[in-house]
Amino acid sequence: MSVQPTLTGAREPALEVRGVTKSFGAISVLRGVDLTLRQGEVLGLVGDNGAGKSTLVKILCGFNQQDKGDVFVGGERVRFHSVEAARAHGIETVYQDLALIPQLPVYQNLFLGHELTRLGPLRILDKRAMRKLSRQYLDEINVYVPSVEAEAEQLSGGQRQAIAVARAVRAATKILLLDEPLAAMGARESRLIIDLVKDLAASGRMSIIVIDHNYAHLFELCDRINVLQGGRITIDQPVRETSLEVLTELMVSSYRRQLEDVPGLDV
Amino acid sequence: MSVGRRILRLFLYQRELTPIVITIGLFVYFTIKAGSNFTDELSLSSAAGYAGPIGAIAVGEVLLLVLAEIDLSAGQVFLFAAWVNWWMYSLGLPVVVSILISLAVCCGVGAINGLITVRLNVPSFVTTLAMNFVLYGLVLIYSNMAEASPIPLSTYSSPSGKVSFEAELMGSWLWSEILWVLAIAIVGTVVLTRTRFGTRIIATGGNLVGAAEAGVPTRRVKVWAFVICSFLSGLVGIVDSVKYGSLDPGNFGVDFILYAIGACVIGGTALTGGRGTVIGAFIGAILIGILEDGLTLIGVSTNDFYVWVGVVIIFAMALNVQFDRIIARSRGA
Repeated sequence: MSVQPTLTGAREPALEVRGVTKSFGAISVLRGVDLTLRQGEVLGLVGDNGAGKSTLVKILCGFNQQDKGDVFVGGERVRFHSVEAARAHGIETVYQDLALIPQLPVYQNLFLGHELTRLGPLRILDKRAMRKLSRQYLDEINVYVPSVEAEAEQLSGGQRQAIAVARAVRAATKILLLDEPLAAMGARESRLIIDLVKDLAASGRMSIIVIDHNYAHLFELCDRINVLQGGRITIDQPVRETSLEVLTELMVSSYRRQLEDVPGLDV
Repeated sequence: MSVGRRILRLFLYQRELTPIVITIGLFVYFTIKAGSNFTDELSLSSAAGYAGPIGAIAVGEVLLLVLAEIDLSAGQVFLFAAWVNWWMYSLGLPVVVSILISLAVCCGVGAINGLITVRLNVPSFVTTLAMNFVLYGLVLIYSNMAEASPIPLSTYSSPSGKVSFEAELMGSWLWSEILWVLAIAIVGTVVLTRTRFGTRIIATGGNLVGAAEAGVPTRRVKVWAFVICSFLSGLVGIVDSVKYGSLDPGNFGVDFILYAIGACVIGGTALTGGRGTVIGAFIGAILIGILEDGLTLIGVSTNDFYVWVGVVIIFAMALNVQFDRIIARSRGA
């Protein structure tokens, strides 16, 4: 682990979430989330399917807006009305669905939303520069694709995921949100992305939230793990001071407490 | 790779090639059958006359088809623009002003189409179907069912029979309309394949949610595409009215739009979004124009023309679907 927990504890928060709620129709997904991501930290976010992890990510990246509560980036209160607004604060996201365009070539996917253009307002694509930089960048991070000209739909699931991660990592300056970045990956590709994220974290400049169901990955990557249950963060544990057994035990007892609150249910 | 495989590959990845080959084939066929009757200026310009309106509407339509949207009102906008121009001119406004007002109205119509589609979540098929009827009704109401003539800038509007350069540019020259359409098709191709806006169109049509997640302002892109489609249809609609010198309130835009969508399909554009070719749509329009002109010249009735248009559209679509399958299979292997 690159960062000492004691050191982490002293760091400034890069991102703070206070009392964030979000409902979709009658379903209340987030019921007051409090979360702190410190500078240079990797925070693992776990929870059952449908616990609201992706909803939280989509609020933090500006894709959706919270109903109530506040988000602070670098101490400044922000309210993102678009993905672009969040980007302006250095926040990039790898979405669960990858957000790639099947019909566009790899290099255009890599630069989607960050296109290099010429001739000012005409915004003519500088395809040559984008191709070259894409090749260089993918080589640098050891991501293999048949060609940067290949359309995204020609790639394997793992390659697509690697491109989605590469796009976010390349563009992020402060905060990186990774929603199940390893889901479709083989062992080699997973290793590659894990190392990439670890290197980023080691640089100390990037603060990262990772959602993943694989605890081995999370324990390797993260400084802290937060558990989202019933629309709230119920557990906040530094990885150094916990183990999978302890975490599981905490999750089960927290789950029991929640059930006890449900009237008429005998646990 | 053998020569045969190379040729197949070329046709697989350059979808405009098939309609080009068919168009050339038709051209050669009609030249053999009708000789100089087909290749003289009168005949070729009438082929261009058929192709012009279809091509103008098809070019804008491709952008919407790539977005997985459709504009069924573009044919009526084509006619409506000319009427607005006529009404404004009849109020005593200079023709430049009346044209500019008309184009602004077209942009407004496109913006309404787009905003209703993205804000009220009405499928664009329905939005623009409704708009088509509204515009048709407005023409019938405000024209008092009377023909408009002579259209300003047209040959008939000049007592001496002489026309200025501006008038020739705006349609009174035999070839100006098709050249406008060609220019628009070239610009449209550049926009779709080489600009950020074009990338945003492909991204939005190819993966709507993904594009939005990646920061593409998908709604804004759609509204602009509707505006562009209406603007282009209106622009060439005015040129077309200048060319013919008069306007008939009974003309129905759906006639144009169905040919235009046919031209897009013949050119290699799927209706599923994310893929399409602007220059292909132009070629599709030329193909339909040559077919109509050629069949008329060799003495085949108009009724046969419709059958042939139908056959070509189905052939083109079936071929494209098969090409997609071949590509998918070769990648799977």
